[in-house]
Amino acid sequence: MDALLEMKGITKRFGGLTAVDQVDLIVKKGEILGLIGPNGAGKTTFFNILTGIYRPDQGNIQFNGTDITGFKPYQIANQGIFRTFQNIRLLKDYSVLDNIKLGLFRQTKAGAWSSIFGLRRSREEEKKVAEESWALLERLGLTDLANEAAGNLSYGNQRRVEIARALVSHPEMILLDEPAAGMNSEEVESLSALVRQIRQQGTTVILIEHNVGMVVELCDRLVVLDHGVKIADGDPNQVVANPAVIEAYIGGQEVTEVVGD
Amino acid sequence: MEGWINPYYLDIIVFLFINIILGLGLNLITGYAGQVSLGHAAFYGIGAYSTAIFSVKIGLNPWLSILLAVIITFLLSAILGLPSLRVREDFLAITTLGLGLIAQSFFKNAKITGGAYGIDGIPMPSIFGHELTDVEYLLLVFIVLLVLIYVLHRLSRSKLGQAWTAIQEDEVVAQSMGINTLYYKVLAFAIGGAFAGVAGALFAHKVSFISSDTFGFTLSATLLSMVVIGGLGTIRGTLFGVSVLYLLPEVFRIFDIKIIDPNYIDTYKMILYGLLMVIMMRYRPKGVFGRKIRHQKRAVKD
Ligand SMILES: Nc1ncnc2c1ncn2[C@@H]1O[C@H](COP(=O)(O)OP(=O)(O)OP(=O)(O)O)[C@@H](O)[C@H]1O
Ligand SMILES: [Mg+2]
Repeated sequence: MDALLEMKGITKRFGGLTAVDQVDLIVKKGEILGLIGPNGAGKTTFFNILTGIYRPDQGNIQFNGTDITGFKPYQIANQGIFRTFQNIRLLKDYSVLDNIKLGLFRQTKAGAWSSIFGLRRSREEEKKVAEESWALLERLGLTDLANEAAGNLSYGNQRRVEIARALVSHPEMILLDEPAAGMNSEEVESLSALVRQIRQQGTTVILIEHNVGMVVELCDRLVVLDHGVKIADGDPNQVVANPAVIEAYIGGQEVTEVVGD
Repeated sequence: MEGWINPYYLDIIVFLFINIILGLGLNLITGYAGQVSLGHAAFYGIGAYSTAIFSVKIGLNPWLSILLAVIITFLLSAILGLPSLRVREDFLAITTLGLGLIAQSFFKNAKITGGAYGIDGIPMPSIFGHELTDVEYLLLVFIVLLVLIYVLHRLSRSKLGQAWTAIQEDEVVAQSMGINTLYYKVLAFAIGGAFAGVAGALFAHKVSFISSDTFGFTLSATLLSMVVIGGLGTIRGTLFGVSVLYLLPEVFRIFDIKIIDPNYIDTYKMILYGLLMVIMMRYRPKGVFGRKIRHQKRAVKD
């Protein structure tokens, strides 16, 4: 399989802290890749670099044959990389349907004039957006909530809506930042099934997750970050048995206890 | 027909409509796209002075002058808005305020704007050689107002409106959905500015004489309070906010109510609006017509 994403020597510093340190990563098309590591390991920062929110201090990112290093977040989205956020970011006062329609923004073309004059093209586009959003809601079993304000939904459903928003435009790659956080085991099951479906539709997945059971079962490959450094990369079962990985997690817990986080 | 309508009332209504157009443009920028502007009067002035310069100094047909004025205001709003919109959002109030002050001092001092004298003799537009009467001009302004209400309504439901909503709610999300936020913010500034340009041009041809005093911070602040009190992001809110707050002082004038000294009416006005803003922020932060749950578009179920 081809490499869809190729990151080389990615480094990001915040003052004296090196949050991501010389990380290399290759992701193949159609893969489900798990990104794990203790709290503060640099996982979210890594996503923020990949999506253009932070510019890396060093390193280079190739996506689908394009050098996207230094691209703005919206340009990265238009390359087909979509994401969810660790602390859910929905438009809380807007309906679930409106939130999902936002995910189709990059696929609509009708500008000011055709909207003002109500041209056929803009009407057809509106209809198509509504249909596609609705179809996805149906697939996710969220139709009953379509007109609810997103902020009123349960935590688990908010996460699903956020995934739906990232998914609706059929991106090349989707980045999920702790999608199972706050979900019960039943919801985690259905989330795993959803991620497999996402891959079926041809979207490559990178998943940050603390639920090790879930990632081992779901992912084709695991990458482990610790203090910004990649310390393991390979088959999930082997990675979680790796002494260095176990050490990183236990060490991390000790630090957490001392800091009293 | 002219005979039985008090021309003074006619003027008040024309100016009310012009102020509503100003309010709609500001609401587009601040209410729909979430970019606070304290310099809206600058674009009003650019519209007014442009049409005045074209029609008086260059001698172009008033209709053509108005058209050019609107295009110029659109472009200048984009150009002047760009640096403000690049800075962090918290500074936007200050940079737009500065922009408004600079614009006014330009109007007051530049040769092309007639300096402190302003520009006089701005002609009334004609149709087939017939100069518009006061009533006809009122009709013209009314039609323009209706058209702009329709335009704003359509825009708010278009791809642009969707982008503005996302930008206002969460810029990081907007970008992550592929929205070029700077582009859409500049576009909001330009279109909102063009609304002010229309208002300014209509104003100039109505009063025939303009000077820099009209286009100052007081107007920008007044407009912002009208739009906020009515309800940001709603057309009804602007219609309500501008109408009530614009007509209130006029009522005092018309009925010659002497509880307050008419010479200080502007001062009292600002105090009242300020007070109303504080009360609104406390009890109804989304304005009179602001709704809690907003739908971009009625959901289609099939
Ligand atoms: N904008 C920022 N400014 C300064 N430091 C930051 C910033 N963002 C992240 N950091 C620091 O970088 C380190 C990595 O943070 P990051 O959020 O990437 O960790 P993480 O692996 O996602 O952790 P968690 O599992 O808790 O979400 C942390 O020490 C964090 O405090
Ligand atoms: Mg994180």
